[in-house]
Amino acid sequence: MSVLVSMMKKEMFHLLRDTRTLVIVAVMPVVLLLLFGFAVSTEVNNVNVALSVNRHNELTERLASRLESNDYFTFKGLVAGEDIEQALRDGTIEAAVVVDCRQDGQPRYQILVDGSNTTTAQAAVAYLEQVITADNHPSTEVVTTRTLYNPRLKSAYNFVPGIMGMIFIMICAMMTSVAIVGEKESGSMDLLTVSPARPRTVILGKLVPYFLLSCLILVFMLVVSYTLLGLPFSESIINVVWLTLLYILLSLALGLLISAIASTRVDALMVSGIALMVPIMMLSGMIYPVDNMPLPLQWLSCIVPARWYISALRTFMIQQLPPSAVLPEITILVAMTVAAIFFAIRTLRSR
Amino acid sequence: MTTDKAIQVTGLTKRFGDFTAVDNITFDVDRGEIFGFLGANGAGKTTAMKMLCGLSTPTAGQGTVAGCDIMTGAEAIKRRIGYMSQRFSLYEELTVDENLHLFATIYGMSRREICDKTASIYRSLDMESMKNLLVKKLPGGWKQKLAFAAATIHSPDIVFLDEPTGGVDPVARRRFWELIYEASSRGMTIFVTTHYLDEAEYCNRISIMVDGRIAALGSPAWLKETYNATTIDEVFRKIATNTTKP
Repeated sequence: MSVLVSMMKKEMFHLLRDTRTLVIVAVMPVVLLLLFGFAVSTEVNNVNVALSVNRHNELTERLASRLESNDYFTFKGLVAGEDIEQALRDGTIEAAVVVDCRQDGQPRYQILVDGSNTTTAQAAVAYLEQVITADNHPSTEVVTTRTLYNPRLKSAYNFVPGIMGMIFIMICAMMTSVAIVGEKESGSMDLLTVSPARPRTVILGKLVPYFLLSCLILVFMLVVSYTLLGLPFSESIINVVWLTLLYILLSLALGLLISAIASTRVDALMVSGIALMVPIMMLSGMIYPVDNMPLPLQWLSCIVPARWYISALRTFMIQQLPPSAVLPEITILVAMTVAAIFFAIRTLRSR
Repeated sequence: MTTDKAIQVTGLTKRFGDFTAVDNITFDVDRGEIFGFLGANGAGKTTAMKMLCGLSTPTAGQGTVAGCDIMTGAEAIKRRIGYMSQRFSLYEELTVDENLHLFATIYGMSRREICDKTASIYRSLDMESMKNLLVKKLPGGWKQKLAFAAATIHSPDIVFLDEPTGGVDPVARRRFWELIYEASSRGMTIFVTTHYLDEAEYCNRISIMVDGRIAALGSPAWLKETYNATTIDEVFRKIATNTTKP
């Protein structure tokens, strides 16, 4: 036991004295969260909008005032129908609403939007439809939309699970494998194998410190998410925590597996970079929704652990459903963890 | 039979598939002896040493290391030997003191023993002022001494030194050998591999391995006389050319 404690202490000292790594590890998760939560946002603000009507009445007046008071829009006033195109072209407006008020009182709406930025265009159309429908005129023919779980469509909600899925792979799998392979490279692993210290003590002495570090980072990230980013807080956070602990365990096992395969630190970095990080960025659904991918890529994404973790985490964090709602995801994650631990131990034994 | 010999092996063999890395070697090492283990790269030195350290089980043969059976007593052997690898491999980000404490704990020493032992190490190596220095800040020669101190902190019966003086300047090498002599005079058995053939002259006896077999074994003086050579370097070359001819 005391051997394990001193091995862990050694690993802690190594970690704490490597200031560069420590700063990256401590600061990066929070910076990433804030960056994706605020700066890199897919929500659209301040869309310049103009209104064009052929006849002024109560209805159009209400619409104009709603556009004016809406945070997402900057209302540019009324324009004549023939000036719309010019205004769109020179960029003074990005979208325009044309209202055709007929004699019989049945208004017709048309939305014109600058499609050169598809993200802005899509968001603007969606918002404008909502603004138009908000007037409960019986004859309005636009469908009523109600967004559940994330009514304001805040992108932070979407990114928090993705970033957590990435960070823990980075810290547990990448750093652990590099740390273990580093000992092989420097030769200190030889000293340990010749010593009476048991292999499992040596391995645990490596893994436990990174496990504790990950728990600390989890606390950091949850505090930032539930305070600064305003994720809805409920007892569902308990599910978030145990799910993440499972994922951390899985990542550590993957790190161990990589360290058994790689023989230099550069190898370990390359393997974890290509085999773990790239799939997380591209295939986990962190940035690009899995459902939009071509079918072969969707199949490929099934072997990326982060895909299942992020999907389950979204359910817990945003929809706040009970664990029964994500049984398939959890089953897959548990199976992956067991498999990774099994293979890691087998590969290490054979050395 | 096991009392006066530190290492005693007969017919030690290790095969990897069709390849025989160590072929039926037999030798013994006395207590307190400095035993040089020479051979070209790939001659089977490392494999032989791994078997003696309990890291790999021999395919055939029998023997004892530090009084423990080589086939069944690997764990017991590990407690009674020390090992220093060819590369400097203490933890660079730990201080001198932390490194010694770590290895002492791994070898199951009590806190009291550790304090006494480290204090005496600092005194004899004159390192008192450096004990709180990070190892990476130590000059090269000191690192080697410290690695030796760490390998022998638990007072092992035998210490295995795998090319301990690689990349060290001649003066530091000379000082390092003084440490080895000093440990040997306290009764510790030294089993050392080296590429520096002049160092082989410092050993009590040396063995020269060629193609997995021990081609020659004896004191440096005896070997030079037998092979009609003036230096071990010449002995080495004569043996190497003789055995690879057929």
